[in-house]
Amino acid sequence: MIELRDVHKSYGPLEVIKGIDATVNKGEVVCLIGPSGSGKSTILRCINGLESYQKGTIEFDGIRVDRDHRSIVEVRTHVSMVFQRFNLFPHRTVLENVIEGPVWVKKEPRAEARDRGLALLERVGLAEKASAHPGQLSGGQQQRVAIARALAMQPKAILFDEPTSALDPELVGEVLAVMRGLAEEHMTMMVVTHEIAFARDVADRVLFLDGGRIVEEGRADEVLVRPQNVRTQDFLRRVIDHV
Amino acid sequence: MQKFFQDAVEFTPILLEGAWATILVTLGSLVLSTLLGLIWALMRISGNRWLDRVAIVFINFIRGVPIIVQLFYIYFVMPDFGVSLTAMQAAIIGLGIAYSAYQAENFRAGIEAIDHGQVEAAQSIGMGWFLTMRRVILPQAFRIVLPPYGNTMIMMLKDSSQASTITVAELALQGKLIAASTFKNTTVFTLVAVFYLVMCIPLILLVARLEKANSGGRR
Ligand SMILES: Nc1ncnc2c1ncn2[C@@H]1O[C@H](COP(=O)(O)OP(=O)(O)OP(=O)(O)O)[C@@H](O)[C@H]1O
Ligand SMILES: [Mg+2]
Repeated sequence: MIELRDVHKSYGPLEVIKGIDATVNKGEVVCLIGPSGSGKSTILRCINGLESYQKGTIEFDGIRVDRDHRSIVEVRTHVSMVFQRFNLFPHRTVLENVIEGPVWVKKEPRAEARDRGLALLERVGLAEKASAHPGQLSGGQQQRVAIARALAMQPKAILFDEPTSALDPELVGEVLAVMRGLAEEHMTMMVVTHEIAFARDVADRVLFLDGGRIVEEGRADEVLVRPQNVRTQDFLRRVIDHV
Repeated sequence: MQKFFQDAVEFTPILLEGAWATILVTLGSLVLSTLLGLIWALMRISGNRWLDRVAIVFINFIRGVPIIVQLFYIYFVMPDFGVSLTAMQAAIIGLGIAYSAYQAENFRAGIEAIDHGQVEAAQSIGMGWFLTMRRVILPQAFRIVLPPYGNTMIMMLKDSSQASTITVAELALQGKLIAASTFKNTTVFTLVAVFYLVMCIPLILLVARLEKANSGGRR
């Protein structure tokens, strides 16, 4: 469903993605792990065209991802994104945040979008906050709204960029629980995370990135439990020691 | 004192006519400067290098030439190019253009104060540039921009007196004409000042309220 072939990306003279090949199949959950600055966010952002890339190809369902082409809108309606810092629209209510895309981009009738939006809020456990503003919610609640907003687009895949990194520890669980639910329903997901336990339980595959390259990949239980690469071993030791 | 009030009653109708012209000039140039300012601001943040440059050149050009010279240019020079305007039209266009530069910088600052994550969130749900502006950025920038916008309104109201230099019979010019023919300088110019104040005070209060709402209200 998502296909990256020899993708390179530079910021000016600085090459941050140095040739990445990866495939994500329908219904798969793939976790990206790796040290800070290894290019995890950049990859996700290239996949839905928030960033351009200079070489190689990224395809989504056969559509080439090109942020300067009209087709990018179609890609983005199929691939939702959940950000580390939620990025909810502060001037709109929770429900308005959720139905913004369906109503304005997909031109769904408002009543229909509302009903679906409320159902999605129910699902992430926030139905009673529908008319609150994001500023009145905790971080965990905001991130669950952001997930509902992503789901409202009825995407074929969702990209998560460290969805729990900005949260207080006691709020991480509620967000991961929602994501687990999605995985059980076979939503296609790419998740950048430092939550190794989550990756081990939920991911079908793990990609380990370092310095703009995938240095190790494989089934989650293998990469995370018996890493082969020294750098993966080193990284996991540090992350797990920290917890 | 008695005399002052008698004169005041006599002059007020003429001065009211002038005040009406002042309001027309101010409102007209306010609308024009807002529209133009928004266009310059959007060009500046469009991400298109050429649009940005054109806007920068234009803004600096406008800022570097005194308003009064711009008014002269539009009213006295444009007819040589076959564009002749009434004094009122020229005043509205001149002040509108002159102030659009300040409006643009205010709007741009407001837009740029919005977290870039907002643009990304909008793009990630498939919004294009216009929809992102209309639904996400401008409504949030509006709040930030409003108090300085109010201040600009106050300055425009006062600067509308410059229209007198191209014969628009607004408040200041009417005052000058009455004073010249009656020699009652004190009475006339006191009245003129009071008229301006009366028009400005509501705006000053409005700005104070907006500033308070912004500093105390939720984001
Ligand atoms: N807008 C930018 N301009 C220049 N360099 C950038 C930009 N964004 C990211 N980089 C650089 O690209 C590299 C990869 O960044 P990226 O954000 O993808 O890393 P990451 O793996 O997500 O790290 P983290 O775990 O800290 O989020 C880093 O060296 C970073 O400094
Ligand atoms: Mg990152």
